Amino acid sequence: MNREASAVPPEAVPVARATGRPAAPAGRLLLLGLLAALLLLGWGLPRWLNFLLTLALAKGLVVLGLVLLMRAGLVSFGQGLFFAAAAYAAAFAIKLWGVREAFLLLPLGMAAAAALAVLTGLLAARYRAIFFAMLTLAFSMVLYGLLIKAYPLTGGSDGLRVAVPTVLGYAPDPQRARVLVYYLAVGAVAAAVSLVRRQAGSCFGYLTQAIRDNEVRVEYLGVPVRRAVLAVYLEGAVLAGAGGVLAALAVGHVDPNLAYWTTSGEFVFIALLGGAEGVLAPLAGAVLYEVVKAYAFKYTPYAWQMVMGLVMLPIILFLPSGLWAPLERRWLRVRE
Amino acid sequence: MSTAITIAVDGLVFASWLFLVSVGLTLIYGVLRILNIAHGSLYALGAYSAATLVIAWSGRDLWPGGTLLALLVAGAVVGVAAGPLIERGVLRWTYGRDPVLQLLVTFALFLILEDAVKLLWGTSPYYAYQPYRLLGQVAVGPVVYPGYSFLLLGVAVAAGVALWLFLARSRFGRLVVAVIHDPEMGTALGINLTRVYVLTFSLGAALAALGGAVTAPMISVVPGIAVEVIVVAFAVVVVGGLGSLPGAALGALLIGVVRAAAVHLFPAVELFTIYLVMAGVLWLRPQGLFGGVEARRL
Amino acid sequence: MARRKGHTWRWTEMLATALLLLLAVPAWLGTGTGAPAPRELRVGIVTFLSGPAAAPFGIPARNAAELLVEALNAGRVPAPYTQRGVAGVPVRAIYVDEAGGAEKQVAEFRRLVLDERVDLVIGYISSADCLAVAPVAEELRALLVMFDCGTNQIFEERAYRYVFRTHGHQILDSVGAARYILRLRPNLATIAGINQNYAWGQDSWSAFRDAVLKLKPGVRVVTEQFPRLFAGEYSAEISALQAQRPEVVHTSFWGGDLESFLIQSLPRGLYSQSTLVLTTGDTVLPRLGRDMPPGVVVGARGPHGALAPNTGLNRWFKNAYTERFQVRPVYPAYHLAQAVLGVKTAYERAQARSGGWPTREQVIAAFEGITFETPSGPIRMALGRGHQAIEPVAYGVTSRYNAATKEYDLARVIVFPAECVNPPEGMTSAEWIARGFPQARCP
Repeated sequence: MNREASAVPPEAVPVARATGRPAAPAGRLLLLGLLAALLLLGWGLPRWLNFLLTLALAKGLVVLGLVLLMRAGLVSFGQGLFFAAAAYAAAFAIKLWGVREAFLLLPLGMAAAAALAVLTGLLAARYRAIFFAMLTLAFSMVLYGLLIKAYPLTGGSDGLRVAVPTVLGYAPDPQRARVLVYYLAVGAVAAAVSLVRRQAGSCFGYLTQAIRDNEVRVEYLGVPVRRAVLAVYLEGAVLAGAGGVLAALAVGHVDPNLAYWTTSGEFVFIALLGGAEGVLAPLAGAVLYEVVKAYAFKYTPYAWQMVMGLVMLPIILFLPSGLWAPLERRWLRVRE
Repeated sequence: MSTAITIAVDGLVFASWLFLVSVGLTLIYGVLRILNIAHGSLYALGAYSAATLVIAWSGRDLWPGGTLLALLVAGAVVGVAAGPLIERGVLRWTYGRDPVLQLLVTFALFLILEDAVKLLWGTSPYYAYQPYRLLGQVAVGPVVYPGYSFLLLGVAVAAGVALWLFLARSRFGRLVVAVIHDPEMGTALGINLTRVYVLTFSLGAALAALGGAVTAPMISVVPGIAVEVIVVAFAVVVVGGLGSLPGAALGALLIGVVRAAAVHLFPAVELFTIYLVMAGVLWLRPQGLFGGVEARRL
Repeated sequence: MARRKGHTWRWTEMLATALLLLLAVPAWLGTGTGAPAPRELRVGIVTFLSGPAAAPFGIPARNAAELLVEALNAGRVPAPYTQRGVAGVPVRAIYVDEAGGAEKQVAEFRRLVLDERVDLVIGYISSADCLAVAPVAEELRALLVMFDCGTNQIFEERAYRYVFRTHGHQILDSVGAARYILRLRPNLATIAGINQNYAWGQDSWSAFRDAVLKLKPGVRVVTEQFPRLFAGEYSAEISALQAQRPEVVHTSFWGGDLESFLIQSLPRGLYSQSTLVLTTGDTVLPRLGRDMPPGVVVGARGPHGALAPNTGLNRWFKNAYTERFQVRPVYPAYHLAQAVLGVKTAYERAQARSGGWPTREQVIAAFEGITFETPSGPIRMALGRGHQAIEPVAYGVTSRYNAATKEYDLARVIVFPAECVNPPEGMTSAEWIARGFPQARCP
């Protein structure tokens, strides 16, 4: 008997409920307000927090893709594959072809991630649950090995430098460029959030949840499940790619660690932290994670891993739907 | 020809090490259906405990063979101490929940134990090589092997056989197998599920710790050994089939021999062998070599 | 469950609001240098405090930093560093763990400069971190002194204004090892390498191999092993090395990997079949003690540790360190000492020139191209337009166990001067080796 499928009580599973509204109950006003706040923070924040926020937004984008996958019942332990591939694609474009325009690098990275997704998805989409997780992990580790091994091309474990990008032809000095990358990240996140919101309320959004609940029944209803799974996988990859390019532009450096399993584990952790309910959850989780990590590092440099673990445990055990959902419900008074 | 023999011996030695460090993982998955990332931490705990015991014993001018026993004791002690603590203290709250949640709980445990080990034993390395030197050398062609490598082989075979006998012949072992197949039916028949879970997890933890303990004499025990072992153990277990004991043995053998061949013939690709074997097996047989196909609810 | 939920909501709500407020509070920007002499000189020190690199490198470096900062502030360092602190100002060290990867280190560097507002940063053992952080230092116009990372690429790729490196890069280890081994075995025929499969291992092996082949063409490379970093288990690789029987085995292994490799190869007799060359061997000499094999070539990435010169400054450093930490200093500690003393010299010279507390630009101008004394001898900032140091390199062979020092003595020590093992200004290392070491002055 399949113990996993039968013994899971509904409330333990982080999934958006079919309330008849779009699965992201945050009002449009809240989202626009947050967007305005982020735009203002670009100038108001001290520079290193600005950098932290850019990184958090980039990772939030990756986690958004991961959450889409999780809603379809697939937990990927290998989003680092697309994250790293897109970041390196951007680095190569700068180094080999002299492309410096951020608005070109972003789609380039996303295209690289998409290409890899099509390649790996053909195999990965056949599996579910733990095997899917293991296979995605294996793929990302293969890329890790390749990046380390192809030392003359990729710089091996030293990584590659990512030069300061130009934005729409304008070539700013490095400090102003960081702020522009921040705004680029905000823009990308805004675009992604609105697209995901639209999808969540659409047929396809409900379809992915149906696949999670009972895939075989969906097949019997005549819907090609494999194609839908591939589509979600591709979406997750493209979002991870966008995040990868943004992170590379923010940090100014790419290295093979982006593809290591602990990076992918970090994304899963953030997904758990924020929860899978609502579009803002992954972003809130990412911001919280970066802040906690920075301060754990600062105040407990000898035990920061333990601090992260101790923070994780109660959240997993007592707040399985993540931190964001109860907050959102409280603030918006959306009844279950 | 002699290269082939060397590859075979190296493959066997490496495979026995792989088996010892991954058999605990597959056992725990088989019974509790949890993929235990903290397995690496239990391995590290075993290694550090063994190192401490060996150093303490060697400092006292006693029978040197006792250091070998010390390894076994270290493994057992860690299993008995850490096993029930982790299982009753943390894991029992996750039964019946989403398997990914369980995975993440073990990941959190791994992070906590990483730093706990560092706080307990510090960052300096520990050397416990006395057992490694005890058993002399064996020459196979131009290559000289330490006797300890063959001891490792012996221990791996003994552990594998003992486990198999335990599961197939002993009363408690058969209860465990029953629980693997159908926990609800087991409870209905009066099997004390809690007892089975605690004892099985402790056994798995002891095996992980034993893996670390037998490795300690060969290496310098430093922080960070847990992370490396996790990937390796996962690969072996996935290749062999999650939850399958013969699978773990065969997976270990496959990966061991392929890697030994790579080291001798194409050292440049050695880094990839583990992942390529893993991806290859998953492609051809997604549930692993001996993994059972799981039924799906309709 | 509903009751629990109400309880935890309030807690998490407070936590989240507090964290959001923390984000929104703007602190002042600015990396301004003070004008009159500041109360203290804030120095960020970044080194591995956790993970496998902590015990062999990060902790010795941190220990050296602690020792020097205290001694400097108390005025206990011997000549020529008798002035208290740095130019009279006490030093305050802020330690940061180098763990977490290059991305994390870039974030931490920015935090040190923009939030903690340190005057300069001394740091970085990992080459990836050095390469990632150097451009950020230029961007933020923050003074960065790299003290240990080995990659030769930093100043060979581009010029830096705000970045300095006070020790020689890995080329001197590799070329020095090649020259030494050819002195030891002039009729060398076969070599092999076992190095960790990442940039440090790959670079070290390529430089060593190319240097040997250049100095003695016709030497055959029988095998090149590249096990995974932190693999720990090398039985197959040792078998391969035994089967191939090279005369010399080169390894740039460090830390736990090096110790595991030695522990595993000792009973198998690898050291008696082949001459092992351990370029970072100095760090394991005190740890392995009696268990170090004899006849092994040991390096210290320069004249450090067991190969340091017998000067008054070195005697003071070694004794103070040993007394405080119960173990003798290894080469990362010497590297950190070089960085601190270089910074001190630069600040004091700049102060002497300007008459008051120097600005960052004045410190940079004073730092470029200087020569200063260290426990390892004089260090000259000769490459990278005065930003990259060169130093000599020394190698020796383990001979006899010394019960007094509890480690093996090194015999047949040869010191190769800096001009012999470092490329000249304006030439990359790869070019220098490929062209047969032009302008090298070797004894």
